[in-house]
Amino acid sequence: MRRQFNLLLILGFVLILSGCGATQTKEDDKTPVTAEGVEAGTEGEAINEGAGMALSLDDPTSPLSQRVIYFEFDSSTIQSEYQDVLAAHASYLADNPDTSIVLEGHADERGSREYNIALGERRAQGVQQLLTLQGVTEKQIQVISFGEERPVAMGHDESAWSLNRRVEILYSGQ
Amino acid sequence: MIAELKKSIIIGFCLLFSANSFATLTIDITQGVEGALPIAIVPFAWTGKEQLPEDVTSIIRSDLQRSGRFAPIPDEDLISRPHDGKQVNFTDWRALNVDNLVIGKVELLKNNEYRIQFQLFDVIKATQLTGYSIKTSKKGLRRTAHRVSDIIYEALMGVRGAFDTRIAYVTVRKLRNEQKIYNLAIADADGANEKIIFKSVQPVLSPTWSPDGRHIAYVAYSRGRPELYLQNIHTRRTKRISSYQGLNNAPAWSPNGKYLALTLSKDGNSEIYILDIEANKLSRVTKNYAIDTEPTWLPNGRGLIFTSDRGGGPQLYRVAIRGRKVNGQVTRLTYKGSYNARASVSPDGKKVAMVHRADGQFHIAVMDLPTEHFTILTESGLDESPSFAPNGSMVIYATAYNDRGILAAVSVDGRTKQRLSFKDGDVREPAWSPFKTK
Repeated sequence: MRRQFNLLLILGFVLILSGCGATQTKEDDKTPVTAEGVEAGTEGEAINEGAGMALSLDDPTSPLSQRVIYFEFDSSTIQSEYQDVLAAHASYLADNPDTSIVLEGHADERGSREYNIALGERRAQGVQQLLTLQGVTEKQIQVISFGEERPVAMGHDESAWSLNRRVEILYSGQ
Repeated sequence: MIAELKKSIIIGFCLLFSANSFATLTIDITQGVEGALPIAIVPFAWTGKEQLPEDVTSIIRSDLQRSGRFAPIPDEDLISRPHDGKQVNFTDWRALNVDNLVIGKVELLKNNEYRIQFQLFDVIKATQLTGYSIKTSKKGLRRTAHRVSDIIYEALMGVRGAFDTRIAYVTVRKLRNEQKIYNLAIADADGANEKIIFKSVQPVLSPTWSPDGRHIAYVAYSRGRPELYLQNIHTRRTKRISSYQGLNNAPAWSPNGKYLALTLSKDGNSEIYILDIEANKLSRVTKNYAIDTEPTWLPNGRGLIFTSDRGGGPQLYRVAIRGRKVNGQVTRLTYKGSYNARASVSPDGKKVAMVHRADGQFHIAVMDLPTEHFTILTESGLDESPSFAPNGSMVIYATAYNDRGILAAVSVDGRTKQRLSFKDGDVREPAWSPFKTK
């Protein structure tokens, strides 16, 4: 992925600069461009990588900032709208094998308390499965279900219940 | 006439209850049985100089009232105050339209013991139905009063009373900083003598009594995830007995006291297992990709009923057990509606109470196993955790009322209803104790 990007960057520079000074030799064009391109590319990558860990997780515009997956009533099916978000988390975790998460499973207050704990777990396990299929290792994920015990919304109607049927992705140290 | 009678019962009851400073739990009868048996309970004579430490008469009166089957005559209508059979004039009592009369006395004995003596009469036939003289310590006064209620109840109803029993439950209070405090508590069935046996800032749920009434197993998130604990309620000694990866939930004590059925997900998803408590050995009961949880034992110990959504949504299923091993196929028990969960089996093994969803509302329902007759017992819509009384007459459960969690009890025929609410916080997860072993 990174090598392709480097090549594109270099190619891009080459194309731009070859369009500008027609009298310049290819050697002249290439060497500084290549050096610049490579260096710029490497530096840029290095900067992104080092600060990238903190940047990506804290970046409110990044899909990684979405940490809650919501569910339909009685269901543990992950809706398609969350595929991209989960892919982003999977990618991040696969790239950072020392980072681990807790997946907290929850359910709304209706029905039986213990069944809801099992339902919360099944929701979290579904998210876990999607992540491990995309390269996250088992030991990076812990699943804990709270059932209906930790609601975020206290009401007794669908507007509250829909907010409580969720899986939360909790990064360690966050 | 009956509405007025009910009203006076509730008022009378509340007055009686406020005299009892122990209770943090108040019980209101919300629906009494029409045709409740009028009964005259004459305040027991007390021969001691100091105040009687427990109001024995009012405990008995409250017990009988609370069953919904009796309508005690107000004190001011009592025509006389006998405390001995010889003093009773049945003609006078017949004029009051009562079928039954209870009289008695409490004496302080030399060694600081007490003696409660009572007699129950059939006013029409002018005969004594039953009567006992029971010695007790000061500490045992309330319990003995409950035993008197049990004897009277059984004499008139033909069914063993459940007044000398306890309930376990969880209360949740929010502190000013929004932190929650969970208390696992036990109390007498009338709400007195509340004792908190476990406190946590993390969720606590699913208490289950051992058959000898000496231990409670429960789920606690003390270490951030659900684990199973077992506590001796007298010594307060606590042991963590199940801490596998994933769930350690829904414990149910076997009738022989040796096993706990429970839910674990260590083998992939939530399944039911049976744990031999002494030997710490596990046997697996279910093997299915569906959620299997909330096991409860048949009273003969030869089977489990549990919740499974292997059929698409939660329903009750049954499987035969021998010892702690599966002894047959899993068969489906409930077919009414799309959601049936959290079974509680009556002590005679003939009825199953459950959480049943109808039109989006969650009620307590009872299924009669021999006839498959199905009855919805409650009108409230957020009901959960039904638990049978050990005499099979009532089901206690958790529900919501005025935006708070409360407990409620309903008779198995749906005719008597009560609300049990706490001074502050929510209460949930009731478990009715077994009968006390002497």
